[in-house]
Amino acid sequence: MSTPLLSVRDLVIKFPTRHGPLTAVDGVSFDLAAGEVLGVVGESGAGKSLTGSAIIGLLDPPGHIASGEIYLKGERIDNLRPEEMRAIRGRRIGMVFQDPLTSLNPLYTIADQLIETIRTHLRLSEREARKRAIQLLDDVGIPAASRRIDDYPHQFSGGMRQRVVIALALAAGPELVIADEPTTALDVSVQAQIIDVLKEQCTQHGASVILITHDMGVIAETADRVAVMYSGRIAEIGPVREIIQNAKHPYTSGLMGSIPTLAQEEDRLVQIPGSMPRLSDIPPGCPFNPRCDKVFDKCRVHRPSLIPVENREVACWLYEDTEARGAAT
Amino acid sequence: MTEISAQPETPLIQVDNLSCVFDVSKPWLNRVVEREPKQFLRAVDDVSFEIRKGETLALVGESGSGKSTIAKMLVGLLEPSAGTILFDGQPMIIDSSERMMELRKRFQMIFQSPYASLNPRWKVADVIAEPMVVLGVEKDSAKIQARVDELLELVGLSAADGSKFPHEFSGGQRQRIAIARALSSNPEFIVCDEPTSALDVSVQAQILNLMRDLQDQLGLTYLFISHDLSVVRHMANRIGVLYLGALVEIADSKELFKAPQHPYTRMLLDAVPDLEMTGRQRKEVEGEIPNPINPPSGCTFHPRCPFANERCEREVPGWTQTRFGVAACHGVGEGRIPAAEITR
Repeated sequence: MSTPLLSVRDLVIKFPTRHGPLTAVDGVSFDLAAGEVLGVVGESGAGKSLTGSAIIGLLDPPGHIASGEIYLKGERIDNLRPEEMRAIRGRRIGMVFQDPLTSLNPLYTIADQLIETIRTHLRLSEREARKRAIQLLDDVGIPAASRRIDDYPHQFSGGMRQRVVIALALAAGPELVIADEPTTALDVSVQAQIIDVLKEQCTQHGASVILITHDMGVIAETADRVAVMYSGRIAEIGPVREIIQNAKHPYTSGLMGSIPTLAQEEDRLVQIPGSMPRLSDIPPGCPFNPRCDKVFDKCRVHRPSLIPVENREVACWLYEDTEARGAAT
Repeated sequence: MTEISAQPETPLIQVDNLSCVFDVSKPWLNRVVEREPKQFLRAVDDVSFEIRKGETLALVGESGSGKSTIAKMLVGLLEPSAGTILFDGQPMIIDSSERMMELRKRFQMIFQSPYASLNPRWKVADVIAEPMVVLGVEKDSAKIQARVDELLELVGLSAADGSKFPHEFSGGQRQRIAIARALSSNPEFIVCDEPTSALDVSVQAQILNLMRDLQDQLGLTYLFISHDLSVVRHMANRIGVLYLGALVEIADSKELFKAPQHPYTRMLLDAVPDLEMTGRQRKEVEGEIPNPINPPSGCTFHPRCPFANERCEREVPGWTQTRFGVAACHGVGEGRIPAAEITR
């Protein structure tokens, strides 16, 4: 098997507090192939954004990687010095943030910001960089790009700004783009446009994407694989269609049932009782056990790790036998 | 079931030609120096609808379409610039008259963010009791206490939670407290302005189920405002679609999703990412909402509409009767818009 583009191994992110360290991300592992779109879903506080920030080396202190490794094309990137990481960030890993208003500097024109990014990473002259910048804006669907490039961020609408942010993320031709809730701040009609642009442009530039969102609908339409996170751990990871149609982990199936859809008529939504535990009191064993309707003794004591079931992995003791059976045959 | 609508019963809420105009002019001196006229923003433009007893009417639309402005006018938080609102046949004029205070007990509102709508310095029991105290529903403190306990149980919390402060609760629990507060004066009508937008999906499901159960138990009437079409489909009997402050279509909820008439409704439905739609090829949506200070002429949707012609640019469309509702569109009226291809 060839080396995956990105490999995250047993990532643990901790926050020191007065009452001892809090573990916000606990043992997350996954691989991402070149050109693949991986969706990461979960509720607020599940650790999805932290995982993204850790990959690109932008964890806000005091949060820090307590253990685990992150490899980009086989090369370890989680322990680099800040200067070394800076050469990777932007050049090899691009980032699209949630709020397009705060991710652009209001005091500089779009041209300044794009050209600066391009010239930081690529050896191009001012004129060549400008040409590339206009091309990028054109690609992400900004009309009259050669004129609008000299505008300031406030002269663009929310959707247009997010297009600029995508252009910025792709400016240096990264291999991986991390998009953290790229459409949450936008209206539905614009959201659809932005998702299309993001997917199309990343495919065209050959970049893999990690799409972090709480919106399962967006993932369903965009991603190849999906990782469902709960309490800082991956509950289930596998191909999008299969997980949506036939979720294995009780949390995932509850989550899918709780989403009202346009397609089917349901009288009541499936509801998962309770809410996600606080980081300070994650229960022992499986973190989902107090809310799970299929819970048994083992769940309350031992923590399940990802168990391969069919072509996906599920962190649930219900499937332990499947593995044993699979190994036996 | 639809025969119910044929009854000549007075609707609980009747809104006629409601408008709300905001003055967004620059300060006087700037206007004089820059020789600019005053500027106005028509946040809500000539909106009429009615809500029958026991039903849920949902208003959907993108940001800036006037959803929340309508909600605020309905509960008297904002004065309409023009138009009338009738509550059970009586005009809503927000003043401190006795008649208004009587009327005031009959409607309540649930706000979007349960983090901002609960006073952090008040105990939950006081938060819930406030409408009863202010509106004079109940004066006896023992009875108030009993009612608060009952309400807490009703929304799925425990009576002991009354002595805690809002920060001790999660987002979903706080929204339950906000619902309990809205119910405390025994209202018939509740305006819900994006009640679940600030919540995670699994919690959203709990709140939506709770709201539906309460409606069945207490016979409540809801005006439900949301930008999320799938949530709206789940909650509403009828749906009104807003675009730039004006209603463009009102229809029976199921039918709206099966056969949307107005081109904007179709575009909106087409744009929603949906679980069942993995890998579907969707039509590219054109453009964005224009600036409401200078809305386009004629039908305000015409610059984005694939079916627009020269009449749409010129004339503001009136209502056209559709099979299960009404739509404001020349194209629908003339029958030149092909039937929707949405197969849901």
